[in-house]
Amino acid sequence: MTHIQHHAHDDILMGYATGTLPQAFDLVVASHVSLSDDARARLESLEAIGGAVLEDIDMVDLAEDSLSQTLAKIGGEAPIEAPQWKVGVFPSPLQQVVGGDEEAVRWRNVGRGVKQCILHSDEDGTVRLLSIPAGRSMPAHSHNGTEMTLVLKGAFRDEDGVFARGDIEVADANVDHTPVAEPGEDCICLVATDARLKFRGLLPRIAQPFLGI
Amino acid sequence: MLFANDHANTNADLVDGASFAHPQTRQPKLRGKTVTVHEQKDAQWVTRMAAIAQAQDRKAFAEIFRHFAPRVKAFLMKSGADESLAEECMQDVMATLWRKAHMYDPSRASVGTWIFTIARNRKIDLLRRYARPEPEDLPWGPESEPDQADVIALQQDTTRLAEAIGNLPEKQRDLIHRAYFGDLTHAEIAAETGLPLGTIKSRIRLALERLRHSMS
Repeated sequence: MTHIQHHAHDDILMGYATGTLPQAFDLVVASHVSLSDDARARLESLEAIGGAVLEDIDMVDLAEDSLSQTLAKIGGEAPIEAPQWKVGVFPSPLQQVVGGDEEAVRWRNVGRGVKQCILHSDEDGTVRLLSIPAGRSMPAHSHNGTEMTLVLKGAFRDEDGVFARGDIEVADANVDHTPVAEPGEDCICLVATDARLKFRGLLPRIAQPFLGI
Repeated sequence: MLFANDHANTNADLVDGASFAHPQTRQPKLRGKTVTVHEQKDAQWVTRMAAIAQAQDRKAFAEIFRHFAPRVKAFLMKSGADESLAEECMQDVMATLWRKAHMYDPSRASVGTWIFTIARNRKIDLLRRYARPEPEDLPWGPESEPDQADVIALQQDTTRLAEAIGNLPEKQRDLIHRAYFGDLTHAEIAAETGLPLGTIKSRIRLALERLRHSMS
């Protein structure tokens, strides 16, 4: 495993653990966690709070035949097997959305050799794959809202350092940066954006001040 | 330690966390006399999960069901499902537990935590109407015989976490609950409480590393 330098912060993992992130960001977080043991350990520890909440909750009554109905649902059903995927450039959650690995992407040229493929877009955000030729700067893009960039292949450099495979950069409206793809290899990134500046407000910021990780 | 900079120096943190900061967890087998009721229960759930995975044990399932099903249903209702939807959805969650029992890894999550993740995912399916992408399953885990010391240590961390939440002032406890029900406004921010998440994080990180080494 490559050594990942830039990890998602806990407020974002908290949003994922509680299921409250916009859909576009869910894909980036699931992909990042797939590539980073550290992010996975932090996500799973935040999920442990969820387990503790479940123990702590006031119980409600079940339907009278609840257990027998559930046993009937189980019936003779076979165990669920872990989904199989081919190890490639893309982690499995991304492969599922793309319908395959890197070669399955339906790229569209957006000029100067830069290609993109929009994977999902709704009112809360957009997630796309971007491919930037080695040595080229990123296309101009606005920073009205939050932008989350996960590197899948190659690397880019900006004022905050070098970002390589598995690294994630979260930039908000205050961040003014000019990322440039490192020489040697084209840089492929998964980028989620929320142009409407709602993202940070919706995040469960609660985590930051009082969970002493 | 607060959130910021928690990600730096992961390996150094791990060594500290595992070897120095919490010496009592290095010798879990010597702690027999101080095992709490909570830990005993956690251990029982783990045993029952194994009975379901290995022997399709319906009695073990019924015991897990009796404890967790009313909680899962309550969680779903608190998250916005009405009573009948919560009942149906809870049954799906518990049926999924049966069918995925062989994937449960007691060195990385308590049974309660694992059930929480199934319930949360089902909730997203239902209330947000989309199958959320999940992180890649680890191709090398869980081990058929997870290290008992790891399992016990994780149970101790889980207990400490539950106790810490239980000891919070009512208002903060309520905020945490609501965060996990997906029902939180960002204006409601409390002061630091210092929930003992650092240990459990280091524990899971070590378990991941151990799995990786055992398979490579």
